[in-house]
Amino acid sequence: MSSSSVLYDAPGPKTRVRNRIYTVAGSLAVLGALVFVVLRLNDKGQFAPEMWNIFNNAGVRTNIRDGVLMTLQAFAVGAVLSLVLGVLLAVGRLSDHKPVRWFATGFIELFRAVPLLITIYVLWVLFLANRGTLGFSGEGTQFWALVIGLTVYNGSVQAEVLRAGINAVPKGQSEAAYALGMRKAQVMLTVLVPQAVRSMLPTIISQLVVTLKDTSLGYVITYQELLFAIRQMAGNITVNEENPYVPMIIVGGAIYVAMCLLLSALANWIERRGRRAKTGIDVAGAGEPVTAADALEVADPVPGGPAGRQN
Amino acid sequence: MNVLLDHLPEFRDGFLGTLSITAASAALALVLGILIAGFRVSPIPPLRAFGTGWVMLLRNTPLTLLFLVAFFVVPQILFPGTSPFMLATLALGFYTSSFVCEAVRSGINTVPLGQAEAARSIGMTFLQTLRLIILPQATRTVVPPLSSIFIALTKNSAVAGAFSNTELFNISKLLSDRGFAIGWIFLWIALAYLIITFAISGLFRLLERRLEVAR
Amino acid sequence: MRIRKTAAAGAMVLALTATATACGGEAGTAGDKDTAAKVFSGEYTVAKNVTLNSPVLKKAQERKKIVVGAKADQPFLGFQDTDGKRTGFDIEIAKMVAADLGFSEQQITFKTVDSNIRETSISEGLVDFYVGTYTINDERKQRVGFAGPYYTAGADLLVRRDDNAITGPTALKGKKVCSIVGSTPLSEIKKPKYGAETTELSKYSDCVKSLLDGQVDAVTTDDAILKGFAAERSSKLKVVGKPFTKEPYGVGMNKNDKVLRDAVTASLEKHIKNGDYKKAYEGTLGKSGSAYVAPETPLPRN
Repeated sequence: MSSSSVLYDAPGPKTRVRNRIYTVAGSLAVLGALVFVVLRLNDKGQFAPEMWNIFNNAGVRTNIRDGVLMTLQAFAVGAVLSLVLGVLLAVGRLSDHKPVRWFATGFIELFRAVPLLITIYVLWVLFLANRGTLGFSGEGTQFWALVIGLTVYNGSVQAEVLRAGINAVPKGQSEAAYALGMRKAQVMLTVLVPQAVRSMLPTIISQLVVTLKDTSLGYVITYQELLFAIRQMAGNITVNEENPYVPMIIVGGAIYVAMCLLLSALANWIERRGRRAKTGIDVAGAGEPVTAADALEVADPVPGGPAGRQN
Repeated sequence: MNVLLDHLPEFRDGFLGTLSITAASAALALVLGILIAGFRVSPIPPLRAFGTGWVMLLRNTPLTLLFLVAFFVVPQILFPGTSPFMLATLALGFYTSSFVCEAVRSGINTVPLGQAEAARSIGMTFLQTLRLIILPQATRTVVPPLSSIFIALTKNSAVAGAFSNTELFNISKLLSDRGFAIGWIFLWIALAYLIITFAISGLFRLLERRLEVAR
Repeated sequence: MRIRKTAAAGAMVLALTATATACGGEAGTAGDKDTAAKVFSGEYTVAKNVTLNSPVLKKAQERKKIVVGAKADQPFLGFQDTDGKRTGFDIEIAKMVAADLGFSEQQITFKTVDSNIRETSISEGLVDFYVGTYTINDERKQRVGFAGPYYTAGADLLVRRDDNAITGPTALKGKKVCSIVGSTPLSEIKKPKYGAETTELSKYSDCVKSLLDGQVDAVTTDDAILKGFAAERSSKLKVVGKPFTKEPYGVGMNKNDKVLRDAVTASLEKHIKNGDYKKAYEGTLGKSGSAYVAPETPLPRN
């Protein structure tokens, strides 16, 4: 059982009865609230069959699919770039050269403090003004404003995460590396960063989920991702003189939740594969006992696991 | 420079707007977050399931979508005519509560097992154990993550700007639409956010130190 | 274990949505109101070999596409249905102007530009010109050039059908009024003499939705836009019908491109005179209940 079970005793007969009462009451309360919401929305005609029939329409389906694709596109590019930038900034902040350190620190602090929404908007205006020199055309401006915005913000956050991870690597690691005659850059990129990534993977993943969700801020500059498509359709389709806001929000929300859950599951899976391949000293996984089976799988085909994702 | 001086009242309104939305939704998120964290460790299965569902749903939904729910679905269910400020607080507070809940829960998990066992052995009920023994001790470990959650909340409040709330993002857009140099606006707005976020992290560091002494 | 469970849950939902979004499905417009089919859509003679000393036009000619900014959420004015087809009076105007500049309907790339980013989009050249219920005023003239006015609307009020208390802008004291960020009726209604409480959203449809839910008591913007929404929901909403401002609509474009501005002005005049304008009007805006008023020509050219 989970550690929380220590908070209460194994229930005796009386408690069991009482818990059962609570169970029933709690379920009824949750169910009641749910029924109330559904009934109220039903009153407003949000659950009328015609209202949901719109999802049988080819145009609506194409719009949703295109929205999902646009969202994934911005996320994919933004996620990769932000991880790259994160490594660079983390290394920069730990650099021995003062100007580099100051620059990295200033960059991180500035973009972490400003809301992403504002960063995206400002980048968009700047990109528009300098479109000719930057060579953007058509939808490119919106796309890159969104992607670069995602990159600088999430890159700064990832940098801080990585820095914490690098600082947590035992000192002996870098000392041993220096003793072997490795250069600073080598120590950083081949010894410290991979271990930091491994130990910080859960945090990095949850930041990636944030990145995925943040693509929805592209609506402010009319980047036509999923949320934009949903809002537009919710406003433009009328069924029985009502707008299908509720169906659109439910469907759109379900897609977002599914994408985020799949992303975390995927990342967790990669992490576990990485754990099994013991390529270095495992920092965070110390709690996990090394079983004989794990030790046998040293030759796991995934080299470095999560660390390999970095570059 | 001129942008700031000429539009000081706008900037002030925006600053205060951001502050008040942040404060209101932080309070809501704290209350809800602790409550849901209590649900998640409680002995009653439906409450646990409810807590898990709550966190899973709210953590994986974009904030803007929650704003849509608050502004276009909630009024259909209850209280039409609620002010945009309240609705924005609702959306931000619910969203942030899921993060607070997870922070509190991991804080609960760091309290040594012996504490809870001791509490149980002297006959405390679940609620007593949680309220008198576990939560006060968990506070110490929860404070640092809470600080970053509230800083994130400050920045998330910018989304409210697109939903009829006066705050800093609104002001920056208003001024840039009027044709002022976006670079300057950005710097001033960034400074305003830096002030708020530094204030929050300073406050929490103070809190941390106080709690340290109390040990 | 937990990971596998969440993964399974995620995969299931995604599979469900995949079936929901898979291609195929019924063709045609979603919803019961097939607005697009009812609204007139004309064809205009495309001018050949247009040579103008206009930097914007030259760039457009190079890429063989003209980018036109428009609204997508205003029935009978600038509307985009779920198939991506655009209809409405503003769209017709855009097509007329584009035709005279040498671009057929197929060569127009429409871009949805919401009110709140109009000035920036136009002055930074994201669109070549903009036709979307765009009121000409002095503040905007500092950032964009206008041709027209091609139509004069006036700010009016949209209220719920059963609401007889709001009879005009003077009856708005203490009422909640919704309008669009950065729009002219919004700054008008914000004046203290009306005493209204304002809600500012970024889309007209959001305001209309708030009105239907009882979240606000009235929506204010140009009557032309409001009538379109009222016509789509005739059993629930009505327009008060007492315009309290004048909103002359212009075609927005780069401020420094006078040649293009004159060309657009000439094009508008031509179509007003040859009857295309009237035909387009009656097939679009006229259907939502605004009577035809011929715009004054010649249009101003300074």
